[in-house]
Amino acid sequence: MRRFILIAVPYLWLLALFLVPFLIVLKISLSDIALSIPPYTPQLDLSAGWDGIKSFLSELDFENFTFLTQDPLYWKAYVSSLQIAAISTLLTLLVGYPIAYGMAQAPDEWRPTLLLLVILPFWTSFLIRVYSWIGILSNEGFLNQFLLWTGIISTPLTILNTNTAVYIGIVYTYLPFMILPIYSALEKMDGSLLEAAEDLGCSRLSAFWLITIPLSKAGIIAGCFLVFIPALGEFVIPSLLGGSDTLMIGKVLWEEFFSNRDWPVASAVAVILLLILVIPIVLFQRNEQKQREMDQ
Amino acid sequence: MRRFSWFNATSLTLGFAFLYLPMIILIIYSFNSSRLVTVWAGFSTQWYGALLQNESFLDAAWVTVQVAVASSTIATVLGTMGAYVLVRGGRFMGRTVFSGMIYAPLVMPEVITGLSLLLLFIGIGLDRGIFTIVLAHTTFSMCFVSVVVSSRLVSFDKSLEEAALDLGCTPFDAFRLVTLPIIAPAVISGWLLAFTLSLDDLVIASFTAGPSATTLPIRIFSAVRLGVSPEINALSTIMIAIVTIGVITASIITKRNSLAQQRDEQAAARTA
Amino acid sequence: MAQTVFAPWDDPQAKPLIQFRNVTKRFGEFTAIENLTQDIYEREFFSLLGPSGCGKTTLMRMLAGFENVTEGQILIAGQDMANVPPNKRAVNMMFQSYALFPHLSVWENIAFGLKREGKPKAEIDARVDEMLRLTRLVKFAKRKPHQISGGQRQRVALARSLAKAPKLLLLDEPLGALDKKLRQDTQFELMDIQEKTGTTFVIVTHDQEEAMTVSSRVAVMDEGRIIQVATPAQIYEAPNCVYVADFIGEVNIIDGVATSDGDGYRIAWAEGQEPFFAKTPNSFSEGQRCHIAIRPEKVAISAERPDDMANAVEGQIIDIAYLGNISTYHVKLTNGQMIKAQAANTRRLSRRSFTWEDRVWLSWTDTAAVVLES
Repeated sequence: MRRFILIAVPYLWLLALFLVPFLIVLKISLSDIALSIPPYTPQLDLSAGWDGIKSFLSELDFENFTFLTQDPLYWKAYVSSLQIAAISTLLTLLVGYPIAYGMAQAPDEWRPTLLLLVILPFWTSFLIRVYSWIGILSNEGFLNQFLLWTGIISTPLTILNTNTAVYIGIVYTYLPFMILPIYSALEKMDGSLLEAAEDLGCSRLSAFWLITIPLSKAGIIAGCFLVFIPALGEFVIPSLLGGSDTLMIGKVLWEEFFSNRDWPVASAVAVILLLILVIPIVLFQRNEQKQREMDQ
Repeated sequence: MRRFSWFNATSLTLGFAFLYLPMIILIIYSFNSSRLVTVWAGFSTQWYGALLQNESFLDAAWVTVQVAVASSTIATVLGTMGAYVLVRGGRFMGRTVFSGMIYAPLVMPEVITGLSLLLLFIGIGLDRGIFTIVLAHTTFSMCFVSVVVSSRLVSFDKSLEEAALDLGCTPFDAFRLVTLPIIAPAVISGWLLAFTLSLDDLVIASFTAGPSATTLPIRIFSAVRLGVSPEINALSTIMIAIVTIGVITASIITKRNSLAQQRDEQAAARTA
Repeated sequence: MAQTVFAPWDDPQAKPLIQFRNVTKRFGEFTAIENLTQDIYEREFFSLLGPSGCGKTTLMRMLAGFENVTEGQILIAGQDMANVPPNKRAVNMMFQSYALFPHLSVWENIAFGLKREGKPKAEIDARVDEMLRLTRLVKFAKRKPHQISGGQRQRVALARSLAKAPKLLLLDEPLGALDKKLRQDTQFELMDIQEKTGTTFVIVTHDQEEAMTVSSRVAVMDEGRIIQVATPAQIYEAPNCVYVADFIGEVNIIDGVATSDGDGYRIAWAEGQEPFFAKTPNSFSEGQRCHIAIRPEKVAISAERPDDMANAVEGQIIDIAYLGNISTYHVKLTNGQMIKAQAANTRRLSRRSFTWEDRVWLSWTDTAAVVLES
């Protein structure tokens, strides 16, 4: 009996507040917009019994999804989300790998502190960390002041409200997600492997390329997914740092819902975003699974 | 052998500068006496004063704390139960669906979670306010708690529970008297994680909050959309300070405990 | 005199404490225990001995109540245990990992089971103190498990499982985590405590020396079955099959064909060689294939053929393993068979009489070997 309660309570909670809401999204995405509250039809009328369900089902259609393919806005938003997420992931890797590598090479007594320094921003408010870049990247911001002062540029650069600012924002906020898995892969690595490689005639660079990189591959892959997946559906960064022409699907969904009040289209956008996410999530799971099996 | 080279030192220095400079600048300029946030005009704490007078910020902060405490506490209970079911539950109908529902919210974009919950609340005619935010936050943060606690449970020596049963405990007593005290650190970090996730959340709260309840992130977001403001800098500084003190204290305590444990073990080995 | 010998298993009047009746345990497709029937008596020190995966731990976990029986019955003191959960059994277990609760002190660990029973505090205090004295842990009562050594932890685990004065104590590899020297001391301590408390001990081990030292009876297990149950001496001197002979101690196995001769058997073992002669309680038909099992220490080694031995055979020393107190000689017979013979090193190494390549005679009496069926 106790076992039943133990399973039932979290199960029902998630069922009611995770799975059911998602099915509602799916249903609304197949409905039509209407000028009522809630602003969509049809409503499922269970009191009409089986006929009610049948008439409900017959009114569902893929019109909203067809609409998404016809309006170039959505199409472009998906492509540009993928693009922004991919470019930022790559940049995060380029920034994160040397840091993770440096941490793994650092003396033993420094490492807990370095680790703490990487984790600390993760506990700090995401919103504040994004916000802190507004003051840096704006036209009169610190970066422009600094560059003007050094004489590298003579007119201020426009960075804020461009895709560049979005890249910087994503790299900055998701950097710990990249560093941690790579660091844990590098840290496990036996240092004598590199000595063995050099002993067998490798240069330091080729030893790095032939030994270190392959051995940290799992960490790199995990880190990339951990950045790519949330970046794809990101809303805060493009809306604070991006410009009006920065198209990201999370932002489009938000605007569709709050500004246009077109719930069926917003739901359809959500469904497609999720379908796109399924691929990297499945790949990520496989990578983790493989890793666990190798560890055993 | 590890080799710490100049290259490593440089990449670490630049890396940590990148991570910390923006926050440091923000903190410094929260003490700027000018309203122009990018021009230094002298030291002042006036913005902190202004913040304390700002009712809407204080109200939002109060709502946020209430939501965070309530949701993280419920999430810790549910998440620990979920973790126990995942690791020790054995086979039951719908196990795959259950573990799917535990892991899916971790990767679900916030906009979708928020949207779907809002549609649910409207569908069942639930008035939006603090209660709905708590429901929403509990749902996604319990999954994080589950992951943290289950990773501890996996490494938990099952024979400890068996020993408790063997010595006359009921399964529930075995959990209460043996398992829970031992996994307590994981449960506490689960709670802390749930608490910070709730404090931090903008998107889900925006969808599920009604006009009656505004959380601090929602308030900050609407303020910073208009640009940088010194009050927000001051508020950010306070929040950063709280988190920093919290995290550093926690890590010092953990380190001290593990050092004490090590010392004890060495001493025990010597007297053997 | 007969009264002092502890052997309830030979007494048809004695009531067993534990009865396994046709017990089978399956995990999915895998059969861990197959149709096992065995009695264990009160005050016994009963060992389950076997290689890992032989089912000995499963057998013990079924006694404790952590595994259900698939088929058959387990009775403890005549009561069927089928639906009795672990916390309702008068059985306690000492875990291989000790399973000491890390958040509780030594004292609290030992008191844990007593507190579950809801005993009055004074009674608990007295019992815990008694246990601490029994296991010589009084000094460490306030320490946490990580603050004491491995040997002390082992004693806490023992004290904790004995505190409730169970009818039956199960010990899962109780000495497995200790180093060799400590293990030997602890074996005697364990026997001592068993005797003092009068508890029935069932111990699981893969260490045959440990089983031989501590047990009243040893059950040798393999692949979910009990192969032989007997006292340590019987197991060693009269194994009932090649598996048991080989599992316990070192043994030479010689294959042959038996022919009856007077009160024993002649066993032809190689072309052109004189057959061996052995007396055995086992009976063989004419020309039946059999095995001679003989312990290395029962094989004498000499330069000349001895006159008074029933069996003698010539060979050449291939290898000598010097073990300090004894040496083992690996001798190759003319048909290529290797025989191990042990001799005590009563003289200094330099005066040893045999060396590599020497031709020597191996000999043994007509009762030294055991003849086993194929």
